[in-house]
Amino acid sequence: MLQIDHYHVAYGQSEVLHGLDFTVAPGEIVAIMGRNGMGKTTLMKSLMGIVPTSQGSAQVDGIDVTALKSFERVSRGIAYVPQGRMIFPTMTVQENIETGLTTSGSTKVPDGIYELFPVLLDMKSRRGGNLSGGQQQQLAIARALATNPKVLLLDEPTEGIQPSIIREMARVLKRIRDERGLSIIVSEQVLSFALDVADRILVLENGRLVHDEPRSSVDEAKVAGFLSV
Amino acid sequence: MFADYTWTELGSIFAMQGFAGLILFSVFVLMALGLAIIFGQMGVINMAHGEFMILGAYVTYLCSNFFQAFLPGLFSIYFFIAMALAFVAAGALGAFVEWALIRHLYKRPLDTLLATWGLSLIMQQAYRSIFGAREVGVTLPDWLLGSIALTDIIEIPINGLFVMALTLVIAVGVYFLMFKSRMGMQTRAVVQNRVMAGAVGINTEWVDRKTYALGCGIAGIAGSAFTMIGSTGPTAGQLYIVDTFLIVVFGGAASLLGTIASSFAISQAQSTMEFFLSGSMAKVLTLLTVVGILMLRPEGLFSHKIRR
Repeated sequence: MLQIDHYHVAYGQSEVLHGLDFTVAPGEIVAIMGRNGMGKTTLMKSLMGIVPTSQGSAQVDGIDVTALKSFERVSRGIAYVPQGRMIFPTMTVQENIETGLTTSGSTKVPDGIYELFPVLLDMKSRRGGNLSGGQQQQLAIARALATNPKVLLLDEPTEGIQPSIIREMARVLKRIRDERGLSIIVSEQVLSFALDVADRILVLENGRLVHDEPRSSVDEAKVAGFLSV
Repeated sequence: MFADYTWTELGSIFAMQGFAGLILFSVFVLMALGLAIIFGQMGVINMAHGEFMILGAYVTYLCSNFFQAFLPGLFSIYFFIAMALAFVAAGALGAFVEWALIRHLYKRPLDTLLATWGLSLIMQQAYRSIFGAREVGVTLPDWLLGSIALTDIIEIPINGLFVMALTLVIAVGVYFLMFKSRMGMQTRAVVQNRVMAGAVGINTEWVDRKTYALGCGIAGIAGSAFTMIGSTGPTAGQLYIVDTFLIVVFGGAASLLGTIASSFAISQAQSTMEFFLSGSMAKVLTLLTVVGILMLRPEGLFSHKIRR
């Protein structure tokens, strides 16, 4: 579903990602792990078209999106839940979700979204900025799902969220994958969450992929070694 | 200062000055609505806003002359056509300016002040070269002239009523466009978080251009209305730009309701005080009050109560 080849990303002269190659199959959940500053967020941003790619290509469903702007990538099937959620604070919950409908042109929030996140239905007239962190995270995922994506990118979704909600989120992400058959890429530092949710675990270190293993055979101690400071 | 007047006279003075204030209020609202969109929503300090207004006024002037010369039969309705043309002309110029100038400056909001100030000088000189330095006035159709006498001493001008009705229509229209329509939702999303708006599928550059053009177009309509209460000269816009910024800041930059409330407060205060004091004293008192209130409420009268 998503294919990344020789992927280089740089901020000006300083290169952050030094040639990544990986593919994500349809319906697969991939966790990208690594310590701070290893390039996880940069990878997410560049896949979304926020940071330009300096070399290599990214393809969604066989279509090259490397040269497209953010909003064009959304219509090719990429959706993004950024670090820090970045919901629109003065807009209501309902309006926040509706911004995701821009590419489809539909005017009604699909029923399935409120079914996944019933708490958002109760709060649909509240301003997004007044929700708690966990609710904002659900809102950001709902907004991304409204674009009807093929590939969902989540950048550190567990950051600042209480443990019970983290377990709930793993369940919801798997449910989304099962119901919609989309691919999910989640960047993470919390190993327990990654093991809980992912089918495959990649480790990013200093802008290179140093480890790639299916969940079933993963050696927890080895991955934990990559994450320790 | 009240001693020379009887009670009935005072009542009438307040009523008529109050009404004059309402007309000023209407023009302020029209001016400020455009600026509330451009400054309040987009964060662009548009010093050329007054010149976009004057463009609308000159378009109305040209229309008035054209209808007098070639279509005298339709002269009574020319004003509506002039307003539509003023909106289109100012909006089109706005879209061009956004493309050529403003879009390069979204990351440097303070620089928009200098750039648009330069633009305002260019536009003023262009008006001077094209229309001459002398002020021009438009001929109003008969049905807009005259006034309605409410009592022996209270008279209400008809063109004032027309400007007020127009303002109401435009204000309601802008409200629905910004808060009930898809375009308004996209605009607010882009304003609050440009990067994220792109990442949910909104074409941010296109939204910026439409929004800026809309703000300028509304200024053009304001200019059209302005021809009814004042004469049009190359620098007439300058007289209003400070008041307009004052209104938008005082009302709370992101709030349309605040913009309307603060236009009302400022125009009524000015107009009533101007009758009894000199114009500059009235201005000093208004400014002092606004400064005082802004010290207590730095975000203006109406601000959103949310976490950011």
